[in-house]
Amino acid sequence: MAQALQPLRATLRRAPLHVVLLGLCALWLVPTVGLLISSFRPPRLVPVSGWWTALVPPYQFTLQNYRQVLDAYSMGRSFLNSLFITIPATIIPVIVAAYAAYAFAWMRFRGQEVLFTIVVGSLVIPLQMTLIPVLRLFTALGLAGTFPAVWLAHTGYGLPFAIYLLRNFLGALPRDLLESAAIDGAAPLTVFVRLILPLSVPAIASLVIFQFLWVWNDLLVALIYVGGAPQVAPMTVTVSHLVSSLGQNWQLLTAAAFISMVLPLAVFFSLQQFFVRGILAGAVKG
Amino acid sequence: MARVQLSGVTKKFGAVTAVNEITLEIPDKQFTVLVGPSGCGKTTALRLIAGLEEATAGDIFIGERRVNDVPPKDRDIAMVFQNYALYPHMTVYDNMAFGLRLRKYPKTEIDRRVKEAAEMLGIGMLLDRKPKQLSGGQRQRVALGRAIVREPQVFLMDEPLSNLDAKLRVQTRAEIKKLHARLQTTTIYVTHDQVEAMTMGDRIVVMKDGLVQQVDTPLNLYERPANLFVAGFIGSPAMNFIDSALAEAGGKLFVDAGTFRLEVPADLVSQARPWVGRRVVFGVRPEDIADRALANGAQPAWTIKAGVDVHEPLGSDVILYLTAGAHSIVARVDARTQAKMGDNVEVVVNMRKMHLFNPETQQAIL
Repeated sequence: MAQALQPLRATLRRAPLHVVLLGLCALWLVPTVGLLISSFRPPRLVPVSGWWTALVPPYQFTLQNYRQVLDAYSMGRSFLNSLFITIPATIIPVIVAAYAAYAFAWMRFRGQEVLFTIVVGSLVIPLQMTLIPVLRLFTALGLAGTFPAVWLAHTGYGLPFAIYLLRNFLGALPRDLLESAAIDGAAPLTVFVRLILPLSVPAIASLVIFQFLWVWNDLLVALIYVGGAPQVAPMTVTVSHLVSSLGQNWQLLTAAAFISMVLPLAVFFSLQQFFVRGILAGAVKG
Repeated sequence: MARVQLSGVTKKFGAVTAVNEITLEIPDKQFTVLVGPSGCGKTTALRLIAGLEEATAGDIFIGERRVNDVPPKDRDIAMVFQNYALYPHMTVYDNMAFGLRLRKYPKTEIDRRVKEAAEMLGIGMLLDRKPKQLSGGQRQRVALGRAIVREPQVFLMDEPLSNLDAKLRVQTRAEIKKLHARLQTTTIYVTHDQVEAMTMGDRIVVMKDGLVQQVDTPLNLYERPANLFVAGFIGSPAMNFIDSALAEAGGKLFVDAGTFRLEVPADLVSQARPWVGRRVVFGVRPEDIADRALANGAQPAWTIKAGVDVHEPLGSDVILYLTAGAHSIVARVDARTQAKMGDNVEVVVNMRKMHLFNPETQQAIL
C-alpha cells in the first residue's frame, strides 16, 4: 500500500513546480494565442472588441486576412524570397563552419590557436559596425541588392559562433574513434564525411535551427543588403512595410506574422529531436 | 605476419620523456605483452608502432620496412582500443567492413571475411545491431572482429579487457589467446595487469618510467626478476623485500635481518659470497613461505618466528600478514593452517627460491 502511494507522493511533491511551470507557459503563450485568434477574426471586429470575445458564441472566424495579405501585399512573393535568402544563408555557413571546426579541433597546423582566437574574438564585433564597409564592397562588386549579397553577409555574421559551437562539439568526440578510422585507412576527408558529419548531427541540427531562425527573423541585414524591392524583399521587410503604410489595418499584421512564423516552427519541431538524442551512445564505454 | 623492431626509440611530450630509447625486438607470430604501471610508456610505445605518435628519435621497423614516416593506414596493422572505438552510427557489420571498403576490397570478399570473423567470435547474430545495443563484452568482440577482418601483419591491443567485468575478462583472455593460436598474427598487447600479462604473453616486456626493465618469458620473469621493480611488480601478493646484511659464520652464509637469520643454501653460496658484510635486499615470494607445522622436513635454519596481524582465507590457501621484529612479511600458506590473528607462528622460508638485490642499483644479485 505504502509502495503504491509512492508515485502519487512524488507527483504531489512536484505539483507546485508543475503548476508554476504551466502557469509560466500559459502566460508566455497568451500574446501569441491572442495574435493567432485575431488573425482569423473579421477586420471590422478586431478594432472594437478583445480577441477573447471570439472564444464564446457566436463564432465568427474568417480567412480574409490571410487571403488579403497573400494576394494584395505580395506576401507570397516575400515568403519565397525569405526562403531563397534563408536556405542558402543557413546551409553555406553551416558547411563552412563544419569544415573549419574539424580542422580547428583535429588537425595541427601553424597559427591554429591564433586563428581560432581571432575567429572567437570576432564574436564581439557589433554587426552594425560592418554594415557600411561591407555594403560599399558589395556595391563595388555589383552585388548590392541581390540574394548572394545577403547570403555572403549572413555567412560572415554566422560563422564565428558556428565555428565556435561546432569546434567544441567535435573536440569532444572520442579521439579513439578518429584514430581507429585513420588506422582503418580513412583519409581526413573520409573521416569528415563518414564519421564526423554523422556524429555531429545533434550539433549541426541545433546550429541549423539557430541560424535559420536568425536569418528568417532578420530585418536589418536584409534591408541593408537587398533592400525593399518586392522582387527581392523577404517577409520581414515586407511586414515592416505593412506597418508603416497600413497602420490602421493592423489585423493584417496578425496574419502576416503567422505566415512568417509557420516555417520556423516547422523547422524547430522537425529538428528538435536531435537535441535530445544521444547519438554517441555506444561508441565508447559510457 | 611480421616481426616488429624498435631501435633506440624515444618519444618526448614537451619536457616529459614518455618512452626513453627503447630497443626491442618482437619476433614474428609471437604474443608479446607490454606491462607496467600507468605512465610507464607502454601505451605510448604501442601508439608509436601504430603510427599514432611520431617518434622523437630512433627507428621503428615492421617486417623489413622502416615505418617511421609511414602513415598508420599503410603500416598494415590493426589496433584494438581500450574503449573499443566502435563507430556508433554504423551496424556491427559496417563497423567490421569499414576498413575493407576503404581499401576497395570486392564486396564478396568483404562479406566472406566479415562473416568468417563474426562466426569465429560468436557475434554472427549481432551483425545488424548498432554498438549501443550491445553489451560490453559484445562490443569488445566487434572491436576484435574489426581488427581480424583486416588480416594485418600485426595486431596492436591497448588494454582491451580493462572495461570488462572480472569474469568476462578471464573468459575473453582465454579467447584472445585461442584466437592468437589460430591466426598466428604477431600481437603486441598492452596492459597494466600483471596477471593478464603472465597468462597471455609468450613474452613479456616490463616497462617503468619509459624504460624497458626486463624482457622475458612469464616464467623467467617470475623466477629470475632482473631488478627490484620487476620482482615487486610480477606476482601477487608481491614479493617480500627485507633490508638485510649478508653475514658469514662457521663457513656458512646467512641473510641477517636483525630479528632473524636465514641460512643461504649451499648451491647459492658462491654467487652470494662477494656480498658478505654488505647491505642487501633479501626477497622472497609469499608462496615460498610455509607454515612450519604443515611443512615436511622443515629446515630449522630457515625458520622465522612471527606474529600474525591479519589472516585472509582465500579458500585454496591463506594469506598471512606477519610481523617479525621491524619487518612485515606476507606469506601464502596452506589452507589447513591453524594460525589465527594475534597468534605467534613459525614459518619456514624456502631459501632455494630466495632473491638478493643490490640496494643501490636495485639490480638482482641472485
